[in-house]
Amino acid sequence: MSLFCSLREAIARNVHDGDVVAMEGFTHLIPFAAGHEVIRQGLKNLTLVRMTPDLLYDQLIGMGAVHRLIFSWGGNPGVGSLHRLREAVEQGWPCPLELEEHSHAAMANAYEAGATNLPFAVLRGYRGVDLPKVNSRIRTVQCPFTGEVLAAVPAIRPDVTLIHAQRADKEGNVLLEGIVGVQKQAVLAAKRAVVTVEEQVEELSAPSLNSVILPSWTMSAVVVVPGGAYPSYAQGYYRRANDFYIQWDEISRDRDRFRAWMHENVLSRGPEAYAVHARGRG
Amino acid sequence: MGHVISGFSPGEMMTVAAARALKSTDVCFVGIGAPSAACNLARMTHAPGITLIYESGTIGTRPTILPLSIGDGELCETALTTVSVPEMFRYWLQGGRITVGFLAGAQIDRYANLNTTVVGAYEAPKVRLPGGGGAPEIASCCGEVFITMAMSRRSFVASLDFVTSMGHGSGAGSREAIGVTTKGPTRVITDLCVLEPDSQTRELTVVSLHPGVTEAAVREACGWPLKIAREVGKTSPPAEEELRVLRDLHARTIRAHAGAS
Repeated sequence: MSLFCSLREAIARNVHDGDVVAMEGFTHLIPFAAGHEVIRQGLKNLTLVRMTPDLLYDQLIGMGAVHRLIFSWGGNPGVGSLHRLREAVEQGWPCPLELEEHSHAAMANAYEAGATNLPFAVLRGYRGVDLPKVNSRIRTVQCPFTGEVLAAVPAIRPDVTLIHAQRADKEGNVLLEGIVGVQKQAVLAAKRAVVTVEEQVEELSAPSLNSVILPSWTMSAVVVVPGGAYPSYAQGYYRRANDFYIQWDEISRDRDRFRAWMHENVLSRGPEAYAVHARGRG
Repeated sequence: MGHVISGFSPGEMMTVAAARALKSTDVCFVGIGAPSAACNLARMTHAPGITLIYESGTIGTRPTILPLSIGDGELCETALTTVSVPEMFRYWLQGGRITVGFLAGAQIDRYANLNTTVVGAYEAPKVRLPGGGGAPEIASCCGEVFITMAMSRRSFVASLDFVTSMGHGSGAGSREAIGVTTKGPTRVITDLCVLEPDSQTRELTVVSLHPGVTEAAVREACGWPLKIAREVGKTSPPAEEELRVLRDLHARTIRAHAGAS
């Protein structure tokens, strides 16, 4: 099966009802196009994992695709609440949402534990705070050498990780740079990985020998979707649409307005609609 | 709150006073919102050598506008280096390389514990807030912590609904009792005053009142019986230069965020 394929095929082949799905991106390179395809295919009962669920997860939650969320910070950065996330938690609309809540440090460590094929992560964290009282998956472990008691959280092992990156070469090796977040760890921790990229190039021509490169053989599918991180951004291609993040606060506040927006901008469109955002914003 | 002081707003006074807490030699983990404005104002005025770190992995960043998120491209483009998020939390924060963490919160109590998780019960919250993000470990791993937030009875509460990050726990000895060796919150900068933990009890005590603010006004804005130092100081009003740099920064930021598309 070819590594390069359409977004529809990549999601249909790799994401299934009930899967544990990580769509990572720490503000930068958020895989909006891939997440929107998950919504269009009507996938249900997903467990979504992400350190910083923002607009994309707000949309997935508001469309009823999600039953459980593993996260460490859920907001619209610099703007305020995620209204769809809040309504799911506070009022169970459109369906109840289970939360497994961590700190950033714990999530970052848990992805790394997943990538390193260990069962859990250990950190000096959660000291003097209430999260361990409401999340039974935050436990402790004693150092066998010093006796120090440390926090332990289970490794994150997604069924599938979706990420967006700057470019892929013709073999499907992928380069990402800038704020690289936990994407490398999230891909290597997952059973399957789908990557959308801004462009396909003859050669990656990495600007540095230490650029983050994910070899083609760590991927399940690679899809060229120019603009696929909009309204997030792709360093070197286009800037973050901070104005849209501000507008989302109003769009998402009301259920009907939210649904109308999703219908117009996600359900009745395809991945080619992102291309307009890839131009002239760098 | 309605404290209009001629020439500058309470919010501007808060940012300026918060910025003054920082030194040029600090390595500072910057929270988004009010801390970000204060940290960049410090860098653009009296602390040009300060190292600003955002949890997205940017180290030594020098943005010309305030980022809307902790991961705006501006932060990466102007950084000395950008590391992965696991590296940020493992090597730099847990590794003990950061001298100051600068935080804000939705609620604070008298021992400077913070809540950014829920208002109401966790299982059935009245308001679901974004959550802790980096704060729980910033609060325990940085050498010391500064907090900046506007003061009101809704935010300065007698009892937190949820402890998202630890300040001084239930008072003196709380941090030490669970093996936390860092100082914790050493200063809280509000729009009305500056507070510091009492050297014996660790309870927040007003040490300086901003210009035009009375003791009665700060008591009124606080949800617990507030301690005020016997010899309470007066915060110097913003200098012309501090105000000019801050206002230019905000003006550039508003233009940039509105003009993104």
